[in-house]
Amino acid sequence: MKPAAFEYLAPTTTEEALARLAEHGWAAKVLAGGQSLVPMMNFRLAQPSVLVDINRIADLAYIEPARDGGVRIGAMTRQAQVERDPTVASRLPMIHEAMPKIAYPAVRSRGTIGGTIAHADPSAELVGASVALRARFRIGSRDRGERWVPAEEFFVGLFTTALEPDELLLEVHVPPMPAHSGWAFLEVARRHHDFALVGVAAVAALDSKGRSDGTRLVFFSVGEGPVEAHAAAAVLQGQVPTPEVIREAAETAGDADVDPQSDINASAAYRRHLVKVLGQRALAQAFLRAQGG
Amino acid sequence: MNIEYPISVTVNGTRYDRDVEPRLLLSDFLRHDLGLTGTHVGCEHGVCGACTVLFNGQPVRSCLMFAVQADGQEVTTVEALGTPDDLHPIQEAFLEAHGAQCGYCTPGFFMTLVPFLEENPDPTEEEIREAIAGNLCRCTGYQHIVDAVKLAAAKLGS
Amino acid sequence: MTQKHVGRRMTRTEDPRLLTGQALFVDDVQMPGMLHAAFLRSDYAHARLVSIDVSAARERPGVVAVFTAEDMGDDWKHGPPLVSPPPTVEDIVFHSRTHVPLVKDKVRHAGEPLAIVIAESRYIAEDAVEDIWVELEPLEAVVDLEKALDPGAPLVHDDLESNLAAHLVQEKGDYEAAKAQADLVVKRRIYIDRGAAGAMENRGIVAHWDVRAQQLTLWDTTQAPIPIRNGLAAMFGLSSHQVRVIAPFVGGGFGPKIMMYYPEEVLLTWATLKMGRPIKWIEDRRENFFATTQERTQVHYGEMALTKEGRILGVRHDFLHDTGAYDPYGLTVPLNTQSHAMGAYDVPNYSSELKVVFTNKTIVTPVRGAGRPQGIFLAERLLDIAARELGIDRLEIRKKNLIPPDAFPYEHKIIDQAFAPLVFDSGNYLATLERAAAAIGYEKFIAEEQPRLRAEGKHVGLGIVSFVETTGVGPYEGARVTVETDGRVSVATGVGTQGQGHFTSFAQIVADQLGISPRDVRMVTGDTAEFHWGTGTFASRGSVVAANAINAAALSVRNKVLKLASKILETPEEELELADGQVRVADLPHRAIELGELAAMANPLRGAVEPGTEPGLESTDYFGPKYGATANGAHAMILEVDPETMMIEIKRYVTVEDCGTVLNPLILEGQIHGGVALGIANSYYEQLVFDENGQLLNASLADYLIPSATEIPPIEVLHEETRSPLNPLGSKGAGEAGTIPVPSLFAQALEDALQDYGLEILEMPMSPNRLFELLHEESKTP
Repeated sequence: MKPAAFEYLAPTTTEEALARLAEHGWAAKVLAGGQSLVPMMNFRLAQPSVLVDINRIADLAYIEPARDGGVRIGAMTRQAQVERDPTVASRLPMIHEAMPKIAYPAVRSRGTIGGTIAHADPSAELVGASVALRARFRIGSRDRGERWVPAEEFFVGLFTTALEPDELLLEVHVPPMPAHSGWAFLEVARRHHDFALVGVAAVAALDSKGRSDGTRLVFFSVGEGPVEAHAAAAVLQGQVPTPEVIREAAETAGDADVDPQSDINASAAYRRHLVKVLGQRALAQAFLRAQGG
Repeated sequence: MNIEYPISVTVNGTRYDRDVEPRLLLSDFLRHDLGLTGTHVGCEHGVCGACTVLFNGQPVRSCLMFAVQADGQEVTTVEALGTPDDLHPIQEAFLEAHGAQCGYCTPGFFMTLVPFLEENPDPTEEEIREAIAGNLCRCTGYQHIVDAVKLAAAKLGS
Repeated sequence: MTQKHVGRRMTRTEDPRLLTGQALFVDDVQMPGMLHAAFLRSDYAHARLVSIDVSAARERPGVVAVFTAEDMGDDWKHGPPLVSPPPTVEDIVFHSRTHVPLVKDKVRHAGEPLAIVIAESRYIAEDAVEDIWVELEPLEAVVDLEKALDPGAPLVHDDLESNLAAHLVQEKGDYEAAKAQADLVVKRRIYIDRGAAGAMENRGIVAHWDVRAQQLTLWDTTQAPIPIRNGLAAMFGLSSHQVRVIAPFVGGGFGPKIMMYYPEEVLLTWATLKMGRPIKWIEDRRENFFATTQERTQVHYGEMALTKEGRILGVRHDFLHDTGAYDPYGLTVPLNTQSHAMGAYDVPNYSSELKVVFTNKTIVTPVRGAGRPQGIFLAERLLDIAARELGIDRLEIRKKNLIPPDAFPYEHKIIDQAFAPLVFDSGNYLATLERAAAAIGYEKFIAEEQPRLRAEGKHVGLGIVSFVETTGVGPYEGARVTVETDGRVSVATGVGTQGQGHFTSFAQIVADQLGISPRDVRMVTGDTAEFHWGTGTFASRGSVVAANAINAAALSVRNKVLKLASKILETPEEELELADGQVRVADLPHRAIELGELAAMANPLRGAVEPGTEPGLESTDYFGPKYGATANGAHAMILEVDPETMMIEIKRYVTVEDCGTVLNPLILEGQIHGGVALGIANSYYEQLVFDENGQLLNASLADYLIPSATEIPPIEVLHEETRSPLNPLGSKGAGEAGTIPVPSLFAQALEDALQDYGLEILEMPMSPNRLFELLHEESKTP
C-alpha cells in the first residue's frame, strides 16, 4: 500500500497556493491534514498528479472570536487545537462536544478543520455540525478573489462541494447560537470512534412564548451529504415542544426528510429507525437546554 | 515525477539530511532510510496506530504523512524513550503490568501516551481508554495496557 | 530449597527488547542488495485466466523481474497437503485440493496471486503491478455455504462432481434410540460467520539464497519454522541443512501464521534461488484480508434430546463447514467443532454428520478458537433453549449435566483433531461454574438487581456458560538445554513465539530444575539453526508440549550436574542441592561449586571424558503426549443493550479458567484477556462481509471492526487448578480458552437482556444491524 508518484508543491503563502491551484486545476489535489487523502492514496484509490501541500502556510491556522459573537477558525487549524480551545468551548459548545468524536487523538492532532469540511464526507461530524450551526466558509481563488458560501449551499453531493478546482477553503466562520436556544449532538457508531451509522446535530430555538422558532435538525451518515430535516422543522415551528410534538417531528424526519442508503453496517431501514430515535433524543435534549434545563 | 527532494529532519535529537521522493511515507523513511525500526507499520491507512510518532511533540500517524513534510521539523520515536537497561517510566510500567504481548503495537501506544500523560497526569480509567482508542492491540484485550498506564501515571507523578 | 519460579507472577524477560523497539521483526531485516516484491492479485473471486501480459511491467525502470505461473515451468506445483484426513475413520470422503503459487488457469478466490513483481523498492513494485494487463473471464461465484451443494451450483474445482470437499460421520452411543426416550427434543439451525485473525503485524518474508555459501535463509512470520524449512528443502531439492528458517519476534499469530507454504513462501524462495539476491515481501493490510487464511463459517442443524428433569440424553448435528477455495489444512477445524459440540457435559449419545464445502473465498485454517467456539455455541445454545422450554434455571441445568469430577478420564469415543481418541483427562467442571456464578453474583442479580434495573427501564442481562478447550496435542516438541561456562543456561526449542511470553515461562521451568534465576536463561525459539525438530505453535500447545520437553531436557541436565558434582564434591547426589547458580552440599553450603565452573569441567581440553558419558552439561529431550490435555472454564457477563439503537455495553466480565498448573499467572491472565477480546469481537463487531460475487466488502481496518480499548470491558480472571495427569508439569493449554465460550455467552446475555422480546439468538456475530432486523422487522412478519 504505497502511493503512486506525484509532483509535490509546498507553497508558504495563501497567494502562492492559489496560484499553484490556478495553474494545475483538476490535476491538483490540496493536502491539508491528509488524514482522509493519504489513506486513499496509499490504497491507490486517489492518484493525484500534483499535490499542493498547504501545511506550510502558517497564517491559515488561527482561532479568533468573531465580532458577531461567533468564532472564526482558519482552515489549517488542527482539530486538536479546536478541541482544546476555550473560546470554542464557551461560544460553540456543540463543536467542542463534537471534536472528540472525530477519530482518535493522533488523527486530530494532524487533521484540520478545513480538510474535513472540504473533503465533505457525508459521515463527518463537522460537516453535519456546520450546517446545523449555519457556518459560512470563506473561499479564495487567484482569479476571482474571495467569496463566502453558507454551509447549506457548500455541500453539494458525495465528497463534492461548491469549491472550484482553483479554489481553496480559507476560513470557517461559525455564528453564535441564537437567543433562547439549546443544542444536541448525538451519534450511534459501531466502535466509539468510528464514523456514525447515524448522527444528528440539533439547534433548538424558542420564541418568547416558549414555542419552537427556527429549530434546525441536521442528520449525517444518512445520504450523500448532510441532510437538513426541513419537514421535521416545519412540524415543530410555532409549537410548544412537548414530548408528543418532538416525537412527531422525529418521526417526520425519518419518514419524510431522509432517504438513507444501505451499506454493510446498516440497512436503510435501520438508519431510518435511528434517525427517528436520535432525532427524538436530540430534540428533547436541545429543547431542554433551550429552556435553561 | 520521481524527483527527489533534499530534506533535513531532526529525529530523536539527531539531524538527518536525506534526499527523498515526495511520495515516501514518513513511516518508511524512519524505518528503512534511517533504520529506526522500532516504529511499526500495521495498516498504512491510519487506523491501527502502530506507526504513531511524535511530530513536533504531537502524536501523528507516520503512515499518513510524507517524509518530505517533515523537512525542518522534529520527529520523536520509541527509540528516544529508554534502553533495555534504562527504561522510560512508561516502558517500566508496561514491563511490570505485562502491557505488551507480541509487542508489535506497543511503540505506537507509547507515542500516544507520552503526550497524553503530560497533559493529563492523573487520568481516570475512562480517560485512559479514550486516549488509547486509536491504538489497536490484538493480544492483550487492553486490560493490562490500562493497568500499565495507571502505573505509568503513578511513576511519572512521583 | 529456594522458592519455585513456576507459578510466580514474573515479569517477562523478553520485554526490555520489545518495549524499546529493539526486538527484530521480519520487516526490520535489511540486507545489502535486497529487492522488494509485490503481487498482482485477482479482483474476482472466481474467474478464468484468459491472458496476462507483463511486458510493460518488465520495462519499468527499477523493475528487476516479473513472473507468472508460466515462467515457473516445472517448478509450478500445487502445495502439499499439510494435514491429511484421519486414517482411522471409516467411509470418509476427502478431496484434497491444495493451493498454487500463482494462478495458471482459474482464480478461485479474490486476492489469489496472478503475478509477482520484484523491484528495487516496494513503491516501484506496486507501480509495476498496475502496468500488468490481465484478462479475466468472471465466473459465477460459490459464496453461500448451503447453495454451494445444490445440484447445478458452479464448481470451485471443475474436476469434482460437486463442491463437497469432505464427508465424515462420527457417532457415540445411539442417538436415535436416546431421542426416542426423550421428553424434549430441541432443534435449531445455527449459523456462525467468518472473521479474520487480525494480527497487528501482517505476514512477511525475507528470502536469501547465498550462492557462495549455498545456503538459503528465510526470515518468516511463521508459527511453524521447522516444517517450513523441511518442506521448502524438499520442494526445491536442497538438503534440510542448507535451509535456515528464522521466525524472529512475530507480531501476533492467532492461527493463520501456522498455515504452511503460503504461495508467497514458495515464490520468494523460488525467486531468490533463481536470482541469488535477497528479496523482501511484506504483506500489506489489504492483502492480509484476502491472502491470509480466515475461519469460522459453519451452518449447523442441531438437536438436543433431554429428559424432563433436564438431563441430556444426546446431541445430534449435521453441519456444513466452509473450507474456502482449497483444503490444505484437512479437517482440523471441523474435528475441533465435533470435539466441543457436547461442551463440558456428560452426553451419552452423539451423532454428527460433517460436510466440508469448497467456496470461492480465502482458504480456511484455524483462527484462535479453531472450530471450538462453533461447537460450544451449539451445545450452550441448545441447552439454554431446552432450559427455557423445561422451565429449569440455566445454571441448574448446567450443573445437572457437567461431567462430574470422578468421571475422569472421560472417554468420548470419537476422535479429536489429532485423530486420537477424544478423552477429557481431568478437571472439576462444577467448581469452575460455581465459582463464576458466585463471582458474577448470579443469585442476587436474578433476584434483585435485574428486576430493579428493569423497573428503571434498563435492558440488562446476564450470561453464564461452561466450556472445555482441547489443548496440547502431539505429536511432539523438543528442546536443548545447555549450561554455559559463565553459569548461564541456553535453551533452544523449535516452536516460534508470537507474544505468549514463552521466553519467560519456559525460563521459569529451567530455573526451577537448575537452581538459577530465570533471568540467566537465554532462550531461543523459532530458529532452525538452533533447533530443528518440532512442529510449531498451535492448538494451545506451547505450555504443554514444548514446556514439558524443556522440563525434560532441564531435568536431564540437572542429573548430569548432580552426577559430576557428586564426584567433585565427593558427596552422594542425594545430599546435593542446586540453588543460586551453584551445586552445594545441602547441610554444608560453603562446599559448593558454580554451575559455570562445572560446565567447564564437563568439557575439558585435556584429559579424558569417561567412556559412556557425554561432554558438557547439555541435553536434548522430547515430549510427546499420548493425547491432548483438556482445559475447562466458565465465563459470565452482564450486559446492557439499548433496544432502540441496538448498542450494547458489557458491564462486567468474569472468567474462571482451569488450565492445570499455572506456569505464570501474569502471562496467563494476558492470554485470557486477549482471547476474550477476540471473542467479543466475534460476537458483535467483526464479520467479513462478502457480496454475491465473492467480493469482500470490508477489506480495511476502517471497515473491519477490530475493537479498541473503548469497546472491551475490564475482564476479571479467576483460576482453578486441576493438574493434568498427562504430563509431568501438569499443564494444559490456555491460548484459546478466552475466545471459545464468548459467542455463546454473549447470545445468552443478550437474550436475557431482551427477554420481553422473546428473542432467540442463533447466529454469530450479532451485529446491531442484524439485531435490528430480529427485533423490528422479522417479528412483524407472520
